[in-house]
Amino acid sequence: MIELISDARCVACNLCVSVCPTNVFDKVVDDVPVIARQNDCQTCFMCELYCPADAMYVAPHPDRLSNRSEAELEQAELLGGYREQVGWGPGRTPISSHEFMAQLARRFVP
Amino acid sequence: MNLHKQDSTLQLETDVLVIGGGPAGTWAALTAAAKGSKVVLADKGYCGSSGATAPSGTGVWYVEPEVKQRQEAKLSRYFMGGRLAENDWMDRVLDQTYENMNRLAGWGYSFPIDPEGNVFRQGLQGPEYMRLMRKLVKRAGVKILDHSPALELLADEHGVGGAAGVSTQGGDPWRVTAGAVVIATGGCAFLSKALGCNVLTGDGYLMAAEAGAEMSGMEFSNAYAISPTFSSVTKTAYYRYASFYYEDGSVVEGAGSTKGRSVIAKKLLENRQVYARLDQAPADLQPLLRVGQTNFFLPFDRMGINPFTDMFPVTLRLEGTVRGTGGIHIVDDTCATKVPGLYAAGDAATRELICGGFTGGGSHNAAWAMSSGSFAGEGAAAYAKSLGQHAARREVHGLSSAPIVSSRTYGSTLQKPPIAAEEYIRAVQEEVMPYDRNLFRSDEGLRDSLYRLDRVWKSIRHEPIHLDYQAVKRREAAAMTVTARWMYRSAQARTETRGMHKRIDYPDVDETQRYRLITSGLDDISVRAQRVSEEAVSL
Repeated sequence: MIELISDARCVACNLCVSVCPTNVFDKVVDDVPVIARQNDCQTCFMCELYCPADAMYVAPHPDRLSNRSEAELEQAELLGGYREQVGWGPGRTPISSHEFMAQLARRFVP
Repeated sequence: MNLHKQDSTLQLETDVLVIGGGPAGTWAALTAAAKGSKVVLADKGYCGSSGATAPSGTGVWYVEPEVKQRQEAKLSRYFMGGRLAENDWMDRVLDQTYENMNRLAGWGYSFPIDPEGNVFRQGLQGPEYMRLMRKLVKRAGVKILDHSPALELLADEHGVGGAAGVSTQGGDPWRVTAGAVVIATGGCAFLSKALGCNVLTGDGYLMAAEAGAEMSGMEFSNAYAISPTFSSVTKTAYYRYASFYYEDGSVVEGAGSTKGRSVIAKKLLENRQVYARLDQAPADLQPLLRVGQTNFFLPFDRMGINPFTDMFPVTLRLEGTVRGTGGIHIVDDTCATKVPGLYAAGDAATRELICGGFTGGGSHNAAWAMSSGSFAGEGAAAYAKSLGQHAARREVHGLSSAPIVSSRTYGSTLQKPPIAAEEYIRAVQEEVMPYDRNLFRSDEGLRDSLYRLDRVWKSIRHEPIHLDYQAVKRREAAAMTVTARWMYRSAQARTETRGMHKRIDYPDVDETQRYRLITSGLDDISVRAQRVSEEAVSL
């Protein structure tokens, strides 16, 4: 469940407002967006993936928050961590063509 | 007439309207646009991130056009599906999927290549795939309406001619008149929070049925996915490496990812927590798996659990018809429904034609989405063209079973305060989520559930709906209610165990029931048998 939009990191691009499939966020004039309908979050992690500022954290539990502070999340390298693994963001290569992907496919192709 | 024209701030005329922007909807939009149609695509969420495909990786039923390989592929789910698939449909879908996947490569999707130059096209990464599909759809000139759920179809005496809905960002109504409509709204997972599935509430089923379309295979609607109790991630492929344990570390006999899922359900019903550990994955495979399904590991990493070495508690999360195979009945090769001008694609349509009553989950659904999307897009474009250029200017009216009214008239139509949509939703979930109702079915249990579900329907179907963003939840509640009733009516009619449909009072296959069940109606539901083509897949 969406837990954090970091005020310090957010650049107010409102991309999360656009990409959230269940419309959890609201734009705020001249400010960062807000988590307006937290219970509608389906824990799909798409907002994290699209956030260009690594400003969001989705707790893994679909109905519960982790109650970890921003400092803790930052230290655990969880802000933007998923985006990095998927290879999204400037200078990164999307994971779809990762060499491990080919090795994995090779093991399962008859 | 429900949604009045003058209430709508956004009005568009088009040749083809596609409802739903997942893989099926985007392929339908691309294909219709390539045939020269003007296309509008309305997505309930955001085309590119919505639905079951976008958040994660998926296998694709991509098989080289080589006789032996194709034959094996067709047989892979044929018997598990209770021999309800059709050879011709499997051939068409394999051909179209092969073509579409190769096109994706040409359009810039980066498939993995090994050092010898072999390219692997048996899978897609959802975020990458759907981001590309959005780009391609836009480039093709399709007008995308994001955050724009459809609330009802529009029709005249000749057939379906558009849809009307509301924007959930801003609350403005929209109305699109069209020569033909493609329903690509996905299946129904009853708001179980299975990964990416909460936008999949059976909306398209309801709208299609209100127009007179039928459903097929709704008894194949009890797919449950294994997921950690602390997670929404319902990707089950890696559980093939799992062993299942009790809390004390002793093995749960017979539990497994495919055939042993019922054993897990039985233990959970006995209130015994089941744990999993992926301890059968060889060490050298583990880093590859981490790349293959990145977000499978996300919840574990965030909880500080190593799933290869640590036991973790699991549950079974309902995926309904998303990984089941039931959906809108299609009547010909263009994925047309029996209603003129109305087409169905992806999980919104039945997938029995390629996997019978066994799960469509994974590669088959992905293949079906892209190929049925192509078939429906082409069919809808041809139909719209056949109507001529004034098709979009027909006098069409809304078909919602409950009246959808504007603010001006809402107060006067209400006889008593409406029951909250959430209450209806909870009532439906209580009938479809429990394993001892939906996974393990019996005549008694089904009858019992149907009695309550019919009462919910009677209440919800007459309540006027206020045209604002709250209307979306009310229509979702109605869609889930009627979907559950179709499921259980057909489950009652199939007095045997076939595919994923399990009857504890009829535990065996009855060869005389090798037919598909077609369900129709909203208030009074009827079920009829339709024979399956005799031409079996050759061995």
